[in-house]
Amino acid sequence: MVDFGGWDMPVAYGSQIEEHHAVRRGAGVFDVSHMCIVDLRGARSRELLRGLLANDVARLNVPGKALYSCMLNDRGGVLDDLIVYYLDDDFFRLVSNAGTRDKDLAWIGARAEALQVKLLERRDLAMLAIQGPQARERSAALLTAEAAWSVLELQPFFGAQIGEWFVARTGYTGEDGFEIMLPTAEAVSVWQKLNAAGVHCCGLGARDTLRLEAGMNLYGNDMTEQTSPLESGLAWTVALEPSDRDFVGRAALEALRARGPEHKLVGLVLDERAVLRSHQRVLVDSLGEGEVTSGTFSPTLERSIGLARVPVATGASVQVEVRGRQLPARVVRVPFVRHGKALISLV
Amino acid sequence: MSDIPSELKFARSHEWLKQLPDGLAEIGISDHAQHALGDLVFVELPEIGRALGAGESCAVVESVKAASDVYAPVAGTVVAVNDQLRHTPELINRDPYGGGWLLRLRPEVPGAEAGLMSASEYGVLAAQG
Repeated sequence: MVDFGGWDMPVAYGSQIEEHHAVRRGAGVFDVSHMCIVDLRGARSRELLRGLLANDVARLNVPGKALYSCMLNDRGGVLDDLIVYYLDDDFFRLVSNAGTRDKDLAWIGARAEALQVKLLERRDLAMLAIQGPQARERSAALLTAEAAWSVLELQPFFGAQIGEWFVARTGYTGEDGFEIMLPTAEAVSVWQKLNAAGVHCCGLGARDTLRLEAGMNLYGNDMTEQTSPLESGLAWTVALEPSDRDFVGRAALEALRARGPEHKLVGLVLDERAVLRSHQRVLVDSLGEGEVTSGTFSPTLERSIGLARVPVATGASVQVEVRGRQLPARVVRVPFVRHGKALISLV
Repeated sequence: MSDIPSELKFARSHEWLKQLPDGLAEIGISDHAQHALGDLVFVELPEIGRALGAGESCAVVESVKAASDVYAPVAGTVVAVNDQLRHTPELINRDPYGGGWLLRLRPEVPGAEAGLMSASEYGVLAAQG
């Protein structure tokens, strides 16, 4: 067990690699109740979020639709990354990180009051992520026929309130699946029913190897208050159009874009028998240095992969300093793995 | 936690030493250590013939979580390494006191293992985390 943002969480229930493969090949369940769920209620909720988030909630017009976004500070640094669900014109739901809970609530709260938007943290809800090619059918089997039909109809990146549950077709693994927010009192029995149905228990360790194979950033590692989304592989989440939408961090991002970012976040593959770890030094021929922001052993690819922040002109290969040795690493596009399949060449 | 074999001797840094009938010493890492490291993915082993001082780093075991040095519990010369670990490092997780052995040494000083911990003493250390 480890402390994770104030929550006591298991790194693994058994073998972390078996947990990882269970999600790539079958189904696994993660207890992600540490995630911070906040409901925004009020007629001006959309206006609030259009000013707070780097992505534009104006894109959300169908109830249940979800959007991934960064929330920035004035310098364009990332305060947090989150998913926002549009539920009604006066009702949005945010799911953000545990370690940033207090900071986020204070930041959003300070701006919500002026717009008469009420914040309600949903500590009454637990959250289970069921992920893998068999995750949806195994989850639906726990529901009544009518509810099962509704959840199986959900399109990717949509959520729906189904009885006491909020079920979303989202995740952090690169596989299909659901994230289910449900009353805490029900969580243990649902967990046990999933286990009985062959859904493998998965801990934080597998969550990390799966998200990294899927090329997804981890807040605090791959982007922080000191780095902008433009230097974190997240430019696709920044909506600079329409140009008259003013959001926190916009001016800083425009200035950065005008002068050109000095760094970029790339995927690395190490074909040597060693493991990339965060904070290892990256050496780029004639361009200078960078740093590994996340690294691990990829159980699917059977070699080490990582994300690194490197000079923007970095080409196809770099050297990484691993335990006193300089090892060659390939620079690749992420994701490394999607829906169980390797997306990089394995030499 | 499985039982700790009573015939083994232990170093504080979680290596075990087994006295073999031919005077050699077999070295591995404890069940407690493999459990703390989690799934092992790479093992670096020393060259045969290398002379090691007591406490000298002689191997690296790397798991999904972290890399960790393995130290020679006694001084000696490497006479064999467990080549199976190059392709199946998970043997250390599955059978830390058997098939997951790392290397065999010819001890420089016979009887040097007497300075190591007994299995029961090590059990107390491991229980403290």
